[in-house]
Amino acid sequence: MKFRHLVLGAMAAFAFAPTTAMAERGTDGQLNIIYWQAPSTLNPYLSGGTKEVEAASLVLESMARFDETGALVPFMAADIPTVENGGVAEDLTSITWTLREGLMWSDGTPVTANDAVFTWQYCTHPEGGCAQASYFDGVDSVEAVDDRTVRVNFTEAKPFPYTAFVGAESPIIQAAQFADCLGAAAPECTEANFGPIGTGPFAVEEFRPNDVIVFAANENYRNPDQPAFSRVVFKGGGDAASAARSVLETGEFDYAWNLQIDPTLLAEMEANGIGTVVTAFGTSVERLHLNQFNPDPALGDIRSTAEAGPHPFLTDPIVGQALSMAIDRSLLVEVGYGAGGQPTCNVLPAPELYASTANDDCLVQDIDGANALLDEAGIVDTDGDGIREYNGIPMRVLYQTSTNAVRQDTQALVKQWWSEIGVDAELRNIDASVFFGGDPASPDTFQKFYADIEMYTNNFSGVDPEAYMANWRCSDIPSPESQWQGANIQRFCSEDYDALVTEMSRTAPLEERGRLAREMNDMLMQSYSIIPLIHRGGVSAHANSLGGVRMSDWDSELWNIAEWYRIAE
Amino acid sequence: MLTFTIRRLLMAIPTLLFISLIIFLILDLAPSDPTASLPLTIPPDVRADIRASLGLDEPIHIRFLLWLNQFFVNEPLNLLQHWTGWDLGGEGRTRVISWQTRSPVVDIIAQRMPQTLWVVGTSYIVGILIALPIGIYSAYRQYSIFDQAGTFVTMVGFSVPPFFSGVLVIVIFAVNLGWFPSVYDTTHVVVDWPSFVIQLKQMILPVMVLALQITSQISRFMRASMLDNLNQDYVRTARAKGLTETVVVMVHVLRNSMIPVVTVIALGVPQVFGGAIITEQVFKVNGLGHLLIGAIQGGDIPTVQTLTFIFAVLIVLFNLVADVLYGILDPRIRYD
Repeated sequence: MKFRHLVLGAMAAFAFAPTTAMAERGTDGQLNIIYWQAPSTLNPYLSGGTKEVEAASLVLESMARFDETGALVPFMAADIPTVENGGVAEDLTSITWTLREGLMWSDGTPVTANDAVFTWQYCTHPEGGCAQASYFDGVDSVEAVDDRTVRVNFTEAKPFPYTAFVGAESPIIQAAQFADCLGAAAPECTEANFGPIGTGPFAVEEFRPNDVIVFAANENYRNPDQPAFSRVVFKGGGDAASAARSVLETGEFDYAWNLQIDPTLLAEMEANGIGTVVTAFGTSVERLHLNQFNPDPALGDIRSTAEAGPHPFLTDPIVGQALSMAIDRSLLVEVGYGAGGQPTCNVLPAPELYASTANDDCLVQDIDGANALLDEAGIVDTDGDGIREYNGIPMRVLYQTSTNAVRQDTQALVKQWWSEIGVDAELRNIDASVFFGGDPASPDTFQKFYADIEMYTNNFSGVDPEAYMANWRCSDIPSPESQWQGANIQRFCSEDYDALVTEMSRTAPLEERGRLAREMNDMLMQSYSIIPLIHRGGVSAHANSLGGVRMSDWDSELWNIAEWYRIAE
Repeated sequence: MLTFTIRRLLMAIPTLLFISLIIFLILDLAPSDPTASLPLTIPPDVRADIRASLGLDEPIHIRFLLWLNQFFVNEPLNLLQHWTGWDLGGEGRTRVISWQTRSPVVDIIAQRMPQTLWVVGTSYIVGILIALPIGIYSAYRQYSIFDQAGTFVTMVGFSVPPFFSGVLVIVIFAVNLGWFPSVYDTTHVVVDWPSFVIQLKQMILPVMVLALQITSQISRFMRASMLDNLNQDYVRTARAKGLTETVVVMVHVLRNSMIPVVTVIALGVPQVFGGAIITEQVFKVNGLGHLLIGAIQGGDIPTVQTLTFIFAVLIVLFNLVADVLYGILDPRIRYD
């Protein structure tokens, strides 16, 4: 990955050199982008979906964004506040942002600190149903110190204060435009939601929900030479394969997003030489959760809760370890993910500072080793049916996931490997809208986890893993009392782990936070309640004539679209 | 005839109300969640707030009555106000709001309708224009080479699904030959001859795929109906009178054979409005079919409810049209 970055960086720098000198706003004509899932709105606070957030990122900006390495780059802000430069309070309870001088909205009016204050009020309004409300968690107040200075006060010390107004999911909206759209009135402001005024390189010209967006270059953009394109057509619809085809085979589009298709098919298309496949890795990990509570259907409503008692065999780390050793992660990548996946042994694979290397043994499949491990532990097949018994209970598991071709391939392969170590898996797949739907009345949600093992991908946005690692606290176990809410899906519970979570929330130095996060990751891995499989990246493709693409998975992948340009033939 | 039509129209009201209730119940009882497609990074309490802001925490009967009021009272009033410019007091009148886009459903439907009518409507007309001559000639020359070939082509058209034929024509005509675009540009506006040619080019592939299916269906009906009539006594009489073959086939037989075919054509019209879910998806036409499938996947109940209900209205309406046409085409049929 490092190498790829270097090469891409070098290529970009090389290609950039001759054109920057003569680059001027709007000289490179039209840019065609295809997102096969079309954006429904351009107000990311009302939607929360990736497609909406990324489409809106052409228009709406935040104080700072994350580049492809996960580093902060100032956008609306003049610089990045830190404790050293006095921007972050010594006691970590506030952060002060300064807006760039002369920053204008695309309608020509100046951006002021009040816009940021309004954005905070807009998203935290109790009746608004703001999808990005978690970015303002722990924010006590936002105040305008003067026209260009915004102070965000936290209720308690916040070691990582770059949440509110940072990244594509938490942009600043114009107070004047949204003034009448607070709370329950938010959806009534169709015009504003479909055509927000922003500070980004482009302004909305026409928006057709779930179909197409036409953007024009923002005349008031802060860099007079950018963007190089005068128009962007942002088309939606179709499927991933046809989106890939329109960039890599017919050349009708310049950029296509989220091309999760058969890796061999994608490689064949790329071989045409019209376009290039690009990837960016963030924190997404496809993983198996091993239910630590008993999901036996005979237990009725109490299954998969603390009342049901521990799982008959999955709480034993030896079992989890054997299950993990039996899996050939490289083959899973080859079959289902191609360039968009890497084998991983950590649930927290990135950023580099937080990535542990203590568990890398799992990268190599070892079926004999797994068999030996189980034999040694006395977990053997006592009745000769080819399935091992654990204290007399045959090791049969129900293994569920969402309906998706790649996941079903993975399931089939894993089932095969497990059968070679004497574990029988029954496979089940559930429609994604039900599985991830969170309906407390449905027995098939991933939170209820009425199965022994389940598989899906999770990640966290931004670069700080504190909130994510706190998911595995004992108090976060979903239960009927909490309406099955809670992110500790495999029902892992350890006092030592909870102590680390508390410690991290009080630790500011980055090195220390890195150590704590790695320690938490290792503790989870060694409990074998969670088996990471694939570190998943975003896969996109762009035409070879499109330059300046620096795909980031830490932010909108279009984060630097202002710098994109057409490579002269 | 008039009383029959009026009676049928009145009967349609309770029918449609019942249909709307059934649609609402099916959608509501189905396990779907508008926040399901959001990234997992959005925490559950935020999801609960989103659902509450969509009005999902109201009891089911309240939501149904709310929808009825929005659809049957507020939307027509709004439309009237928009067309006539009268002030009918728009304040506080809530419209049917889509959960995905948070904008009025009816506006989105109005925006999508042209694409669907252009593409699906054109292919319906093209399909009919091709199907009728094929059906007539196949029946007249039953078991000839033409008939056999026609049967083969229509069977292929019948059985090959559009997600295959669509991709096939894209690979041939867009990727290999590069004649036509594979992506439909919905923002394209026809103002002059060159822009009309572009519009024509981008319509050819989806129209071709859809017309193949429609042709297959209707030409089979036409052929069967012609065959029924060709062996009738009145045909022999006509020939015995010394009428030319053209007059016998094109006047006597065709007119009688059209009765069932017209019904099939009329009943197919609501499907034109329903769009072509798969073909629209393949060519990214983004018409009503695309809107419907997207709304189903996104758990956007108000949009699905409104769309399916409009389809129900059209189906009821065109059933009536077919019945009336029957009476006009066939003097033996009288409803009074």
